[in-house]
Amino acid sequence: MQKYDALIVGGGHNGLVTACYLQRAGLNVLVVEKNGWVGGAATSRELTPGFLYSNCSYVCSLFRPEIMRDLELPRHGLQVISYEGGAVFTRDGDYLASYRDHDSHRREFARYSKRDAEAYERYARDVTRQCRFIQPLLMRTAPDPFGFRPRDISELLYLAKKFGEFSPHEMAETLRFWTMSISDFLDEYFETDVIKAYLALSGIIGTALGPMSPGTAYVLLHHYMGEVDGSVGAWGYARGGMGAVTQALSRSFLASGGTIRTDAEVAKVLTRGGRATGVVLANGDELRAGLVVSNADVKRTFLKLVDEEALPGDFVHRVKHFKTRGSSGKVNIALDSLPEFPALGENSTCMRGDMHFTDSVERMERAYDDWKAGRWSADPFLDMMIPTLLDPTMTSPGKHFMSCFVQYCPPKVEGRDWTDADRDAFAETVIGQISDYSPGFRDRIVHMEVRTPREIEAEVGLTEGNIFQGELTFDQLLFNRPVPGYAQYRSPIHGLYMCGSSTHPGGGVMGAPGRNAAAEILRDLKRSSGEMSKAHDVV
Amino acid sequence: MNALTTSAAGLRRAARNHIRTPRLETPFHERLAALSEVNDWYSWAGYKAPHSLFDGELEYFAIRSTAALFDISPMVKYRITGPDAERYLNRLTLRDVRKLAVGRVQYTAWCDDHGHVLDDGTLFRLGEADFRLCCQERHLPWLLDSAFGFSVDIREETEEIAGLALQGPTSYAVLRDAGFAGVEALKPFAVVSFQHEGGEVTISRTGFTGDLGYELFVPRAKALSLWDRLWSAGELHAIRAIGYGALNQARIEAGFIVANTDFVTAEGALRADRERMPDEIGLDWLVDPDKPNFNGRKAILDARRNQTLKYILVGLEIEGNIPAEHAIVYHRKKHEAGIVTAGIWSPTTKRNIAIASLERPYGSKFTEDLWVEIYAMRELQYQKLMKRAKIVPRPFVKLARRTATPPGLK
Repeated sequence: MQKYDALIVGGGHNGLVTACYLQRAGLNVLVVEKNGWVGGAATSRELTPGFLYSNCSYVCSLFRPEIMRDLELPRHGLQVISYEGGAVFTRDGDYLASYRDHDSHRREFARYSKRDAEAYERYARDVTRQCRFIQPLLMRTAPDPFGFRPRDISELLYLAKKFGEFSPHEMAETLRFWTMSISDFLDEYFETDVIKAYLALSGIIGTALGPMSPGTAYVLLHHYMGEVDGSVGAWGYARGGMGAVTQALSRSFLASGGTIRTDAEVAKVLTRGGRATGVVLANGDELRAGLVVSNADVKRTFLKLVDEEALPGDFVHRVKHFKTRGSSGKVNIALDSLPEFPALGENSTCMRGDMHFTDSVERMERAYDDWKAGRWSADPFLDMMIPTLLDPTMTSPGKHFMSCFVQYCPPKVEGRDWTDADRDAFAETVIGQISDYSPGFRDRIVHMEVRTPREIEAEVGLTEGNIFQGELTFDQLLFNRPVPGYAQYRSPIHGLYMCGSSTHPGGGVMGAPGRNAAAEILRDLKRSSGEMSKAHDVV
Repeated sequence: MNALTTSAAGLRRAARNHIRTPRLETPFHERLAALSEVNDWYSWAGYKAPHSLFDGELEYFAIRSTAALFDISPMVKYRITGPDAERYLNRLTLRDVRKLAVGRVQYTAWCDDHGHVLDDGTLFRLGEADFRLCCQERHLPWLLDSAFGFSVDIREETEEIAGLALQGPTSYAVLRDAGFAGVEALKPFAVVSFQHEGGEVTISRTGFTGDLGYELFVPRAKALSLWDRLWSAGELHAIRAIGYGALNQARIEAGFIVANTDFVTAEGALRADRERMPDEIGLDWLVDPDKPNFNGRKAILDARRNQTLKYILVGLEIEGNIPAEHAIVYHRKKHEAGIVTAGIWSPTTKRNIAIASLERPYGSKFTEDLWVEIYAMRELQYQKLMKRAKIVPRPFVKLARRTATPPGLK
């Protein structure tokens, strides 16, 4: 039996990033993936002929450019293109548009409030200042404040120094930002409901909290700290759908000599004497490896793939209580023609960006109330996009793929498991909302993929369907992610590492957890990570 | 008009088409476009504005030799009225507004609580309780929040009010021949109203050139007729329309600073260390410690007392004739001392002049042995020049005609 130096459990984007870096550092790496394709939550699948969907994640901003360059992803086919526009439809038949042009953006806000139009400058400035503080932390292993190792102390000093560059006033702002609700935060700048609703969305996306829950301001930050070609906060499409990211990663990995095995679900991680020795697959095959890296979330990894006896009790307790509450669903729709949104008028650029129908923070909070009661929102908020307006590769001319991210959607319906009838009713809620603003919408539908947390967990493996492999609240960030004392990609089992979004710096198609995990593994192996770029300077 | 178009929602809806013209045209655009020979436009706060109209160098000489007409409509304008307007503005700005008489204009600036400059601008007192504040950046939330406890009304009126600067030695002659009788009595920083086509035009003896000159504000609807009135009166006085390139040369000669060019405004700064106190950008003379409390007062006076001011703005005269824009300033050719924020060859003084921001003690304690390193790109090669720089007082150009009252005709 062939023995690999490293075995990666799960071929999601982070697993592939780790695999690429380790293979390039000279290890012999195997990726095992339970599905018949790689990609995890960054996939493009053709579920109906002639249409490619971005099945889970659907836009790209956070993926670190350093990783794209190191792993030669452009050469392996990855193109990320900026998009423009976006709009929130209001119930009175108007809309609030989002424009890339600075002055047009201001004039659009001024339609609702001159004050808010001019307040946006200061808001954007304050958010950017916070992003500039966080960005350099993404590509560094979080220090363990209780580890007292020289490296932890120097990393803590680094953090303290970054923080120390702030004035006392800014430090207070940062602490507030990391803990307050997005609704309270926005209230300090804006007076108009629809403007706040438009900006609040980034604070709750993928999060089982409402806009009025403390901690949601940070989630907004998490969505602002990406970039497209140096334009911080900008979002783009991966050409060919989000699967293009993982396809490029897998080509890069194979080109450097790595091996991928699909249709190979891991049943157990094998351990002997507190040390990982390989895995056993669902079909009974045993695979041996010097070390095992899990791309699965921390719950799946340690509550399902590892025997509880092999783990310290406190660790298991912490893992069990790591919050991975699912809060969202996804409806992917194939359309035989471009939908009309009469409110927007002809040739609106708004169609090329994110469209929402939730025009007040209050409505978002009410949508969250449904989730708390164990129901999907009767009046959900949608992040709806039509990538095929900019990406010609996903379907044929004139036809379109529409991606609808839907919140809130609970992991269980009133405490019981989802049924197919629930799923269909959930889809109907979504289609009903779109149809209210787009006459004739139903008639354009060729095919739909409806994904509740049930489908997301079953296919992608994300526990409870949580898209971030764990919520991005302050208690689950930095050295607390996923478990205090185990925030540096290592686990209680020697030779078993974590590289997924459950680890620092968290979810989104960012690649930073995978890259940081590779750095720690290579450090343990005393190997050079020479092919790994340092994080770009924030100047 | 039906009910829909007059309601707030109707007006809001009617404004949606702004996206079709992301670069707005100013009320004078029709005239500017007809005069533009070179089609050299840029975006000034979202408005189409001319960089030059026919020839930047010749446009400059219109300012210094005849009369130049420059469209200042994109400047941000706020109207502040109400019984507490004076008291409010006195709390907001650095200078003593109680000393600003009706019919007078103050150049001023305002700060945040940390004493960092939010912007500079001109404050017009049009009536006992009626002021107009003109500036480069937008501040409506700041102005509204600062009004807590004051009985004032604050309105942004940038789009409603058109503005023109008429500058140069024959500018008075143009106004006289345009029929603005009595304008000869205007002293520098005075403002007066005239009737024009059934509307009101305010004319102030102010400007950004250091020359004889006036600024005129008029409701948008009367803009073109005002332009035409000046233009036909100006024909005999060699009036020319100019773009920003020419104006910028004149303003550097006059030693004026521009927000977000020569300093970064406090609300715009992404990097906290880029914020500046008045004393750090040459505006110390605006600060009036004897007037009642104003925003930033404590921070500014503390910084003075504790000597924690970090920067200083200076005028430089640089040897040679190569403009030093954005060059690094050195002390003894070795220690970095600051940066040139604006620099030109001055046609009027025949000197190489610059405005620079230096890090104290350079410019305050160490004022000698300063140098600038100029990278002159010449046919795809940098010629690196280390040139001696001397701190000199601003303005670089001081013209008697700027202040002579009554003003000369040429």
